[in-house]
Amino acid sequence: METLLIEVFNGLINGAFYALLSLGLAVIFGMLRVVNFMHGALYMLGAFGAFLLGTTLGVSFWWALLISPLAVAAVGYGLERTLLRRLYDLDVLYNLLLTFGLTLLIQDAMRLRFGVQGVPYPAPPELRGAVAIGFMFFPTYRLFVLVFSIAVCLGTWWLIERTRVGMIIRAATEHPMLTRALGVDVDRWIPSVFAFGVALAGLAGVLAAPMRAVSPLMGADLIITTFAIVVIGGMGSILGSVVTGFVVGALAALAAVYYPAAENLLVFVIMAVVLLLRPAGLFGMAETG
Amino acid sequence: MMRRRLGWTAVAALALALPWIMYPVLATDIVTWGLFAAAFDILLGYTGLLSFGHAAYFGGGAYAAALLAQRAGVAFPVNALAAGALAALMAVPLMGLAIRRRGIYFAMITLAFAEMIFYVTNEWRSLTGGENGVQGVPRHVLGGLNITSAVVYYYAALLLALLGLLVCWRIVRSPFGRVLLAIRENEVRTAMLGYPVNRYKLIAAVLSCAISGFAGGLWVMNHGFVALDAVHWSTSGLVLTMVLLGGIGTRLGPLAGAALVLYLRDFLSTWTDAWGIVTGLIFIGVILVFRRGIVGTLEPLVVRGSRAAPHAGRPATATIREAPEGGTGPVS
Repeated sequence: METLLIEVFNGLINGAFYALLSLGLAVIFGMLRVVNFMHGALYMLGAFGAFLLGTTLGVSFWWALLISPLAVAAVGYGLERTLLRRLYDLDVLYNLLLTFGLTLLIQDAMRLRFGVQGVPYPAPPELRGAVAIGFMFFPTYRLFVLVFSIAVCLGTWWLIERTRVGMIIRAATEHPMLTRALGVDVDRWIPSVFAFGVALAGLAGVLAAPMRAVSPLMGADLIITTFAIVVIGGMGSILGSVVTGFVVGALAALAAVYYPAAENLLVFVIMAVVLLLRPAGLFGMAETG
Repeated sequence: MMRRRLGWTAVAALALALPWIMYPVLATDIVTWGLFAAAFDILLGYTGLLSFGHAAYFGGGAYAAALLAQRAGVAFPVNALAAGALAALMAVPLMGLAIRRRGIYFAMITLAFAEMIFYVTNEWRSLTGGENGVQGVPRHVLGGLNITSAVVYYYAALLLALLGLLVCWRIVRSPFGRVLLAIRENEVRTAMLGYPVNRYKLIAAVLSCAISGFAGGLWVMNHGFVALDAVHWSTSGLVLTMVLLGGIGTRLGPLAGAALVLYLRDFLSTWTDAWGIVTGLIFIGVILVFRRGIVGTLEPLVVRGSRAAPHAGRPATATIREAPEGGTGPVS
């Protein structure tokens, strides 16, 4: 029973990364109708950002947690302004392809610079060790990741559902023409929303740095799993993508207790079942693309 | 007409001379990848479906052909054909599920299923050899022959790949292919006209995957071994690069793309290993400024006044739907 609980906990932490990444994808998709293949590569850049800030400037984890996502956001902002926006009049698949090309470029550039092995990044001293929760011990840092990412997800939800900025984004997502007619300059918000979405990926990267090896390919497989989660949850709902991320993470970890090989496969099996029973996704609305 | 015949003669001459002007193993790679790219383009260019997971069928076919030859002693063209059949069997459930969603979702689902096949291939070590792959695949040929010469194998593969290409071209030019084009142009309208759209898409996908598997079988017999990279997503990305560069929805585009990409990779590998950067740059360049690809750009110039390509009402070659009705693009 205890091992089972610990596994569920670990699964929830994997789920936290799925949730942060699919949340960013959902925010971007809602406003830009772009599926951002670069998301995994930008997650990796977030992690390397923390590593480079730490090794060259001695910046602590906490400052890196702020600065690195902002740097990733700046990269995203620049790419949106220079490249992505050129393809908005074409089929949405072109931007998926463009971001795929950028992914190859970014990953390979980082591989040439840092090799495939990856570099270590220590957890901040305040979060080392383990804490007792009830009857079991749990690594402090992992607990922090879980709590912090839930807070970020809730914060994003609040931002989009409860603030004026969020209202504009939601309106532009559902009825761009009508929103324009009401006097909102929708285009002005596009690069910022993209930057915000990729900043979430950068944030996830910083959080992952002390737990997983910081390596150029750390985001490559993760983004594909995240795509499967997006298909399961449907990109229609912010909260839906978050819940799906956590639940699938926990389920995959549970499955691994009984059959280790299942951990990687379960996500895809769930995706197949969802496609069979509810093709639009658990929280999905009508077909959007 | 004259120009067209001249063009085809040049292509045929080039195909026959290829193993003498470059390393024959590379020449065979070009031919087998060319077939793979053409099969892939049945979906991308002629049905408007972007599959991001064709590595599963090409790589799956390669593993099947290799294992059949090594463990069961199945002779050469038969094992490649069996690889195609296996790829078709895989495609029925996986593509059957994937076509339940369209556009961007179809791309993500096919990518995810290919990742699943990758994990299965990696975990099922007793069959696939895990990270070591399958090595030392014997090249028995029907009739007990044993081809060791790379040049002879090139001509054998060329003949079989040509048959595969003829099947691809026949598919897209048949009445069936016209319905696929209609689906690409306007799926809803095609359905309204009474065509069972999903059945057409599934058949197109299964054919595409079967030929991809066959191409994988031809490819693996060229090398005598297959490893995990054959089923990795980078393989799906590579075939996509070839088709985009060569020209989506053109007959020779996939071949030209395969030739150029593989030749470039071989050429560059002697002095740099930054292959990902090169592919990435090709990709970005093609997507931003060269969406018709090489053949899509050249063909209208070379064969002026020839019979119209099967894309009524638009320039000789179509890309993925350029600006479809209904709000795509961001909030436009």
